[in-house]
Amino acid sequence: MANMNPKKCPMPSQDPMVRNHNFKEVALGYTMDMAVEEAQRCLNCKTKPCISGCPVLIDIPAFIGEVAKGDIAKAYEILSQQTSLPAVCGRVCPQETQCEGKCVRAIKGESVAIGRLERFVADWHRENCAQKSQPVQPNGKKVAVIGAGPTGLTCAGELAKKGYKVTIYEALHTAGGVLVYGIPEFRLPKDIVKYEIDNLKAMGVEIETNMVIGKILTIDELFEMGYEAVYIGSGAGLPKFMGIPGESLKGVYSANEYLTRVNLMKAYKPDSKTPIRKSRNVAVVGGGNVAMDAARSAKRLGAENVYIVYRRGMQELPARAEEIEHAQEEGIIFKLLTNPVEVIGDENGEIKAIRCVEMMLGEPDDSGRRRPVVKPDSEFVIDIDTMIMSIGTSPNPLISSTTEGLETDKWGCIVTNGDDGLTTRNAVYAGGDAVTGAATVILAMGAGKQAAAAIDKMLGEK
Amino acid sequence: MYKIIDKQFLNPTVCKMVVCAPLMAKKAKPGQFVIVRAFEDSERIPLTISDYDTAKGTITIIFQLVGQGTMELSTLNINDTVCDFVGPLGKPSHLEGLKKVAVVGGGVGCAIAYPVAKKLKENGTQVHSIVGFRNKDLIILKDEFDAVSDKLVLMTDDGSAGEKGLVTAALEQLINSGEQYDEVIAIGPLVMMKFVCKTTEKYGIKTTVSMNPIMVDGTGMCGGCRLTVGGKTQFACVDGPDFDGHQVDFDEAISRSTMYRDFEIHKREAACNLLNKEAE
Repeated sequence: MANMNPKKCPMPSQDPMVRNHNFKEVALGYTMDMAVEEAQRCLNCKTKPCISGCPVLIDIPAFIGEVAKGDIAKAYEILSQQTSLPAVCGRVCPQETQCEGKCVRAIKGESVAIGRLERFVADWHRENCAQKSQPVQPNGKKVAVIGAGPTGLTCAGELAKKGYKVTIYEALHTAGGVLVYGIPEFRLPKDIVKYEIDNLKAMGVEIETNMVIGKILTIDELFEMGYEAVYIGSGAGLPKFMGIPGESLKGVYSANEYLTRVNLMKAYKPDSKTPIRKSRNVAVVGGGNVAMDAARSAKRLGAENVYIVYRRGMQELPARAEEIEHAQEEGIIFKLLTNPVEVIGDENGEIKAIRCVEMMLGEPDDSGRRRPVVKPDSEFVIDIDTMIMSIGTSPNPLISSTTEGLETDKWGCIVTNGDDGLTTRNAVYAGGDAVTGAATVILAMGAGKQAAAAIDKMLGEK
Repeated sequence: MYKIIDKQFLNPTVCKMVVCAPLMAKKAKPGQFVIVRAFEDSERIPLTISDYDTAKGTITIIFQLVGQGTMELSTLNINDTVCDFVGPLGKPSHLEGLKKVAVVGGGVGCAIAYPVAKKLKENGTQVHSIVGFRNKDLIILKDEFDAVSDKLVLMTDDGSAGEKGLVTAALEQLINSGEQYDEVIAIGPLVMMKFVCKTTEKYGIKTTVSMNPIMVDGTGMCGGCRLTVGGKTQFACVDGPDFDGHQVDFDEAISRSTMYRDFEIHKREAACNLLNKEAE
């Protein structure tokens, strides 16, 4: 008999007023008892709508069924058939718009906590099964993957499982992509990322760091080196700015820069050699997950007032529900329906305030969201000493500009044929943010997985 | 890991290192840069490539000890390894099809100006080099410049070597004496580049500058290296580091370069204390 409690088993978390001063993980994870209790809320319904909501098509009712029985090892086996990064997905996927959004339990109450259960299973496995993956019988074929972020790691993992010799070329000094430079420690501990990457290495995947493809080697040279296919997962690129006066003042960051300093370069640690501004009043412009990460990081670094400045309303915030909730609990101040029009500096070129206008929501625009319009005579000023622009990125030009025949669209995103990620170049595939523009970890993983299947099919027919 | 093949101090605060990086040596061109981390926990710092040897597979960097990152790097010796060495980054300088060029170098910027002068000479361009230093003890690469220049003017602030005065005075003198330059290439402190551009603007001479702003990744991700060029935001790491000097907003670049001054002074002192302790 299923557990008919309409609510999810709550996630134990650090107290908001404690955690907003440290970088330790916010959510502490279910205990075995909690996991079993929550798993029993799954009705194992016939239609299994949750699976269709998962970009990597995990057999969700099956793994949850094993958790309900207490067989976590078996649950992990089911998960790992479809995902190579379960500990990551359980933490960062926007479940409410994917698997959990489709759960029948959500019709009368809360959905089954699929993400929390996925995380529990992955964490349990990491803590209780020291056994690493083993390399499989090589098939003698070499594939190069560009970028060690979610999409590249997934593609490499899938190919390695099939016996391909995979080399990942990573531009930064550490593998992980956005999982290490973007998403903060308090949301995704870096030890977990490292564990997942070490697991890939145990499967025989080689990772070469400090290699900027397009500069030190071109895609054509990779083929000359004997790779039979190339997968481009180079990720999001240059940060966008608003184009308002004062954006070059000292104290104005892109979210990419702020988070890279804090996460990759560990600027939150007192002995870090990479500087970060000591801020008291911070405005983060934007409403996505990256904006929430930047705001919550700034709070943890000691800022007294941290504002999320977003031109639409609460309903339109693109961030995950849990991130918004956590940010609110931690004391982040939401200035909604607000848009900056000017950054104001002092005589030393330091930012001291932003001038904003109030917005109203008008008719729906192309994206289907109601278009924000300026409310007349609504100007006001917020005193701040740090501003973090988190309004998206445009694709990195380094690979497209050095690869002949690789088409990009008018925004600079790499053009592919759709599902399998084949670009306009023979045997060159692409996926993740380099193709879609800034999106989510799980969508990038889904693209990596589909491309791996397509590469396997293409090379298998050769 | 990247092995250090050779190391020497060119003056008390400027260090030259030859690093083994065969793949990069095949691709490097004048004007490009590398991102370096001496140790696992060091800051990522951008340094312009000063020379490269495809046959030997080496990249040469010349850097001034200004902050913790460069000080740490300078503690490494021959046969030690540099933790991270990424490149060649940025766009190469455009040095083709020029008849006569004035290369203006200031201080450690001469380390970057030198490969430019050398390449121009190889291309058959007439090269006039104007190099400036604070005093005679800080002079670097004089003989090297001499070998690749049709004319070399040495300037020092205090007159302890060469002519007394600024590089802009020497440049203006050459222009006024009737020298016709296709282009002036200025590499050095921001203030020097700003005034070289002001000088050449009067005469309508195309002027290229090499910008070296604060960077983190150096690959087109963080946006920290942004500059205003011709009223537009440009990123030194992927759009540069060379820019049309008459279009660069130098005052903004100078202001932005001081963003972490307090932190740097503090860390530099900490690094000095540590080095002193090791010496004891």
